[in-house]
Amino acid sequence: MTIAPERPSRAAGGPDARALPAALRRSASARSPRAPLWLVAAAIVAASAAAIPLVYLVVRAAEAGLAAVIETLARPRVLEYAANSLGLAAATTATALVLGTAVAFVLTRVRVLFARTWLLISALPLAVPSYLAGYGWLVVIPGLNGFVPSWLLLTAVTVPYVTLPVAAALRGASGDLEGVARTLGRGPLRAFLVATWPSVRPAAIAGSLLVALYALSDFGLVAMMRFPTLTWGINAAYSASFDRAQAATLALLLVVLALVVVAGERAARRQLPRAAARAVAPRSVGRGMLVSLLPVVAVAPIIGVAVPLLALLSRLLDAATLRAIDVPRLLEAVGSTIGVAVAAALLAVLLAVPIAALAARYRGRLVTVIESVGYLGHALPGIVVGLSLVFFSLAVVPVLYQSLAVLVFAYAVLFMPKAIGTMRAGLGDVPPRLVSVARTLGMSPLQAWWRVTVPLALPSVGIGALLVAIATMKELPATLLLRPTGTQTLATELWNRTVVFEFGAAAPYAALLVLVAAVPAVILSGVRSSAKEEL
Amino acid sequence: MRVTAPLSFAALAATALLLAGCAAPADTDDAMPIVPTADGQFTLYSGRDEELVQPLIDQFTEETGIVVDVRYGNTAELGALLLEEGAATPANVFLSQDAGALGALSQAGLFSTLPDDVTSAIPAGFTSTDGTWVGVTGRARVVVYDGERFTADELPDTIDEYVADEWKGRLAVAPTNASFQSFVTALRVLEGDDVAAEWVSALAANSPQIFEGNSQILTAVDEGAVELGLINHYYWYAAAAEAGAENMRAQIKFLASGDAGAIVNVSGAGILAGSETDADALEFVRYLVSEAAQQYFVDTTFEYPLLPAVAAPEGLPSLESLVNPELDLSDLDDLATTQRLLADAGLI
Repeated sequence: MTIAPERPSRAAGGPDARALPAALRRSASARSPRAPLWLVAAAIVAASAAAIPLVYLVVRAAEAGLAAVIETLARPRVLEYAANSLGLAAATTATALVLGTAVAFVLTRVRVLFARTWLLISALPLAVPSYLAGYGWLVVIPGLNGFVPSWLLLTAVTVPYVTLPVAAALRGASGDLEGVARTLGRGPLRAFLVATWPSVRPAAIAGSLLVALYALSDFGLVAMMRFPTLTWGINAAYSASFDRAQAATLALLLVVLALVVVAGERAARRQLPRAAARAVAPRSVGRGMLVSLLPVVAVAPIIGVAVPLLALLSRLLDAATLRAIDVPRLLEAVGSTIGVAVAAALLAVLLAVPIAALAARYRGRLVTVIESVGYLGHALPGIVVGLSLVFFSLAVVPVLYQSLAVLVFAYAVLFMPKAIGTMRAGLGDVPPRLVSVARTLGMSPLQAWWRVTVPLALPSVGIGALLVAIATMKELPATLLLRPTGTQTLATELWNRTVVFEFGAAAPYAALLVLVAAVPAVILSGVRSSAKEEL
Repeated sequence: MRVTAPLSFAALAATALLLAGCAAPADTDDAMPIVPTADGQFTLYSGRDEELVQPLIDQFTEETGIVVDVRYGNTAELGALLLEEGAATPANVFLSQDAGALGALSQAGLFSTLPDDVTSAIPAGFTSTDGTWVGVTGRARVVVYDGERFTADELPDTIDEYVADEWKGRLAVAPTNASFQSFVTALRVLEGDDVAAEWVSALAANSPQIFEGNSQILTAVDEGAVELGLINHYYWYAAAAEAGAENMRAQIKFLASGDAGAIVNVSGAGILAGSETDADALEFVRYLVSEAAQQYFVDTTFEYPLLPAVAAPEGLPSLESLVNPELDLSDLDDLATTQRLLADAGLI
């Protein structure tokens, strides 16, 4: 199996290439079909970090023996768990894809008042932990349970993973072709599908993958909504059976589902020819049309943010335990939350860079394996990743056990996939010809990389880092397992209080958590996916 | 460079082997620091909540001068953590929310044996049978019901009656929860496996409302979303302390004494192997079963004190009426049988 370059697109290898001077063409074709060894090595190191949970699960499941594994998998309830996990992930991904694309389209192509503000609002659900959204809705409609509420709520909190990258891609995509398609008699939807969809498709699919993995790994919301998925089974194996082998078996089943999802994404993703990008001005539409588009844009923020927070506020007003807020303690939690989030974002990006760079430019079985392994951490519930790092750090670096270093590393393993997807797209968008031109101008490969690739791909790195930071702020189970004794984040403080029904005391922490996580979400809504808009 | 598939798998396999090989030293670590007998501090893993336990620990520190480093988490996660850490654990004492986790750690050989004066303070049936952990508080299984729909008298007194057709689709249970599984184990011990299996399949056939834990059941009943459910009694008191007892829509009913549906689960504590010589850790465990600490639990959490000298919270049936000496709450072989039963019925 060879590592081959991406099938050269027509734009790169076609007539354009022929127009290039001979020297340049040689250099273009010298864009090596082989991945540089150092890049492969770096990507393997990063993938090994992501593989730690997998190795741990195999070790634990193997301890029980094949018979026990089969017995666990043969339980009728386990089949139901798996079907529920898969069904929930599929349904959530489908709705998030459609809704996110629609919202992005409205906000970039239709002239709406305060378009920037709307985009910002549509990013806010990212800041709400799924368990908080579930809790809030249960206050409003106590009997809520089962598949449908789990599906709708998960869609509401994950849809920004699609909205934001698609909006960024749409701002860069050419709308001219769509106009051409319309003049050729295509309806608006057909015209969109034919002319615009291909250019936003990579962004939409990368976002959908994150939605699917989020849905597979979520426990907080499905526990609230009483929808038994595999994560529910894994938790039960730890909490009632104290059976780590059984938990590992179920988690491996989850890994298999995640691999199916990742493979599906690879199949759906295709390198498509990119037309020259030219931003189009938003179109004016009639007032009636605007009013009918409003619910599309507002639905996720209302379901995912407004309703849960208002419900929490109502609980706060009901509570008999209103008490003075311990401000120093609150600030300390804010400080450590921000601290670990920044550190995790940096480390996750660092680990994701080689994997993203490899996946953006090269193909081959090794690349596929490395990239797929990189995504696994995000498909597993936090408790599994947390325990795997307990196992790993005690074995390899016992001095660092229960230190911030291991905690930050765990966040990086869990959330690296959020950076891989966006950065792969960003790096893939850097025209290889520009790098070649830089080389012919006498730059060393490193200089060319620094002067051309880095500036062009930087926005996507920023998006990846922000996504990791937001997820880190909301993370609970791995934090509880790995934090230094005594360290509190906003999420652990919130947990401390909700387990004992102290909603009055919990509310300030919940509000602050959403507020702090909203900051990167807001920044995120403003980042452009790549510099091509200015080209 | 040609990177072949076998090479790529070999690379990953090598990583796997490296990691797997690393697992061994943790178990056979003979470089454990020698624990000084008393250095005025120790580390506690607490599966019970900070809001509940920290005031008691502060009280302990004030009285003894011993500093306690506490790591809070939920019992299941800390149990899994302790199993994962093995001999390398920084913890000296584990305070657990339920007996099942204590049994799992005891079976894995992670606990040391407590001195007799500690274990004998608590009556049999509420503590370990082999002295590896000691019971601290008790919580009774109760029926929680919607007070706007029923009075306590209208509800059956035995657990058997709750799987009758009348309650089809109306009863909330948390079959993956440790306390529900302890109750099923009690049912097996008291009535035999066949009767228990019958009850479980009757429950499964009666479309129960499945929840993840006790507190979610309580919340659902309190909000009128579900009519009744099976929980531990002290959840109700915790919620009532937050919302005010007069504002509680949910009410609780104790079943007939001696009924399996009314058994008492215990929380407890053990000293980790390797820390048996830690005088500070031992002093804390001793403190947990002292009158002062037992009274603290009575006053703040409405749990049953297990020390006979301390009176139960007012309004609760006496502990003796609920006691079940035949039952070893931490017997995991029993637990495995219970789980097989629940799995066969499709409940877990």
